[in-house]
Amino acid sequence: MLDQPTNERRLTIARAMAEAMQQEMQRDPTVFLMGEDIGGFGGIFGNTRGLFEEFGKERVRDTPISETGFISAAVGAAMDGMRPVVELMFVDFFGVCFDAIYNQMAKNTYFSGGNASVPMVLMTSTGGGYSDAGQHSQCLYGTFAHLPGMKVVSPSNAYDAKGLMTAAVRDDNPVIYMFHKGLQGMGWLSTEPGATVNTPESDYSVEIGKAKVVREGRDVTLVGLAMGVHNALKAADRLAEEGVSAEVVDLVSLVPLDRETVINSVAKTGRLIVVDEDYHSYGVSGEIIATVTEHDISKLKASPARVTYPDVPIPYARHMEQLCLPNPDKIIAAYRKM
Amino acid sequence: MKPTKEQLLWMYETMVVSRRFEEAIEKVYLEGKTPAFNMASGPIPGEMHLSNGQEPVAVGVCAHLDARDTVTATHRPHHQAIAKGVDLNRMAAEIFGKATGLSGGRGGHMHLFDPAVNFACSGIIAESCGPACGAALSRKLQKKSGIAVAFLGEGAANQGAFHEALNLAGVWKLPVVFVIEDNSWGISVPKSEATAVARNDVRAAGYGMPGHYIPGNDPYAIFDIAGQAIARARDGEGPTLIEIETYRLAGHFMGDAEQYRPKGEKEALFAKDPIPKMRERLIAEGHAAESLDTLEKRAEARVAEAISFARDSEYAPETDALTAVFV
Repeated sequence: MLDQPTNERRLTIARAMAEAMQQEMQRDPTVFLMGEDIGGFGGIFGNTRGLFEEFGKERVRDTPISETGFISAAVGAAMDGMRPVVELMFVDFFGVCFDAIYNQMAKNTYFSGGNASVPMVLMTSTGGGYSDAGQHSQCLYGTFAHLPGMKVVSPSNAYDAKGLMTAAVRDDNPVIYMFHKGLQGMGWLSTEPGATVNTPESDYSVEIGKAKVVREGRDVTLVGLAMGVHNALKAADRLAEEGVSAEVVDLVSLVPLDRETVINSVAKTGRLIVVDEDYHSYGVSGEIIATVTEHDISKLKASPARVTYPDVPIPYARHMEQLCLPNPDKIIAAYRKM
Repeated sequence: MKPTKEQLLWMYETMVVSRRFEEAIEKVYLEGKTPAFNMASGPIPGEMHLSNGQEPVAVGVCAHLDARDTVTATHRPHHQAIAKGVDLNRMAAEIFGKATGLSGGRGGHMHLFDPAVNFACSGIIAESCGPACGAALSRKLQKKSGIAVAFLGEGAANQGAFHEALNLAGVWKLPVVFVIEDNSWGISVPKSEATAVARNDVRAAGYGMPGHYIPGNDPYAIFDIAGQAIARARDGEGPTLIEIETYRLAGHFMGDAEQYRPKGEKEALFAKDPIPKMRERLIAEGHAAESLDTLEKRAEARVAEAISFARDSEYAPETDALTAVFV
């Protein structure tokens, strides 16, 4: 890797998340954290490191393994004027606590006719690629984005990770903050170096609900989020060598979904490939394609394609999991078929 | 309840098999993970939760079980699987992700399934409890013999699934035994900071069943109390909750720096390692050291065979990933 200019401050996503929470906790005494091993351990994925030391155990609370209990408690605390940030260690664990999330957190605002608010953040790790098998490797983006009442974001790099966390804490609505383990900047999880980027020290927000064109192109639009963006960028690099100009859209948020940025990009390129590490059917990829075709199908020069996780539980064995995961080769193959 | 000589020696040998197996897995797991530790690398990728130190629980309970009884296990399942009689070769091969593995490489170390001996696993905390109730209910409804044992950690006793399952077992008088392995740590959080009561056996009262707490990681005491509870279940008298003090000699998973442990704790635990302790006791009770050496050698040979079997086995075709979603 090239030496970086000295004015750059490159952070991992883990560090960027921790810094955003630190600054929000310094700024706002109602912000506090709850989760398993987020205290002295600093979070299994490093995203609360240093916070226990600075803010102590009242505001950085290690919890029992009782997700229904502490996520419901966050709902109650949020409705009582606080801004809890809670961690569901692996998104796969949502099965033990989903009522607290989608029947309480996501609906109380609506049930109250907008008179009550639930300003909380639920951060949770997603993604596989390191052989952790079918109960510790899922993405489940579509599962959360499907249910109304909660915003859903997933950063692809540290700059967005910090700004999204700041925005999520300040948002008066519940926000699901999904961070991909393979982008965390933790070498023990086989990290993607492209996620570690220049990140300003001062606090700032990245708008929730706004996608980003992270690479401009003319011939095809590659849409993804989190790890999907990096796969798309790598595919775009290789397509460029063949003279194909690919545009890459980082969705950043799933709810609200920035349909306009996707529509505008496809209007320009005429071709759409969605890259999604979540399961193939009934998910983000179908939603993006529907968005484009519903808007104006005549803009498409070819049938849209998707590179997704097949509809099978995630296998343990490395070669089986790698067969299933999206990658640049599959994206290029999808383009060639167009 | 006292173990026969045969049971005692089985317990000892099985503890040694389990320990040697974990040591062998640890060694292979580290292959390809140095100098930089990357969980995704090496012949055994992914998370690895070793059960070193917790062997007495598995053998003290499983000494009373046979293949027809159901065991539901945890994310730290190797000692439980070995004591339940899961095929060691196929279990090792599964951990290596090979075609000859229990699940052809789909499950891995947290998802060991061996229907031949009614053994199942979940990597989700406390999810051993409900399925054990279901297996017990099935036996009861079908008037078939056999009982169920759910293993869980002390951290799982704060999960809703645990409490709901205990209530079900209590209200339906199911032939099930809940066995909590209290190694006092839920990853980095000590039991004292996570659990409102010092001992989980007292929680049994809320669900209409007897509760026992067994200190000292003592295979003899575990054999005794577990034997009574299992006999009670077999006699149709209903469920029991047992919490057993045990020791996690390794980290939560491999790669865990364990900085949360108080200074000296690991050394103190190793000084109480249950395997040399049981050996000493066996010798004091008149068992010849040579006969124990023989058992240990046999255990080592079994483990060596399983590891070779796993290493020498082929990987399944990668497209097997797309099969077995439905039968």
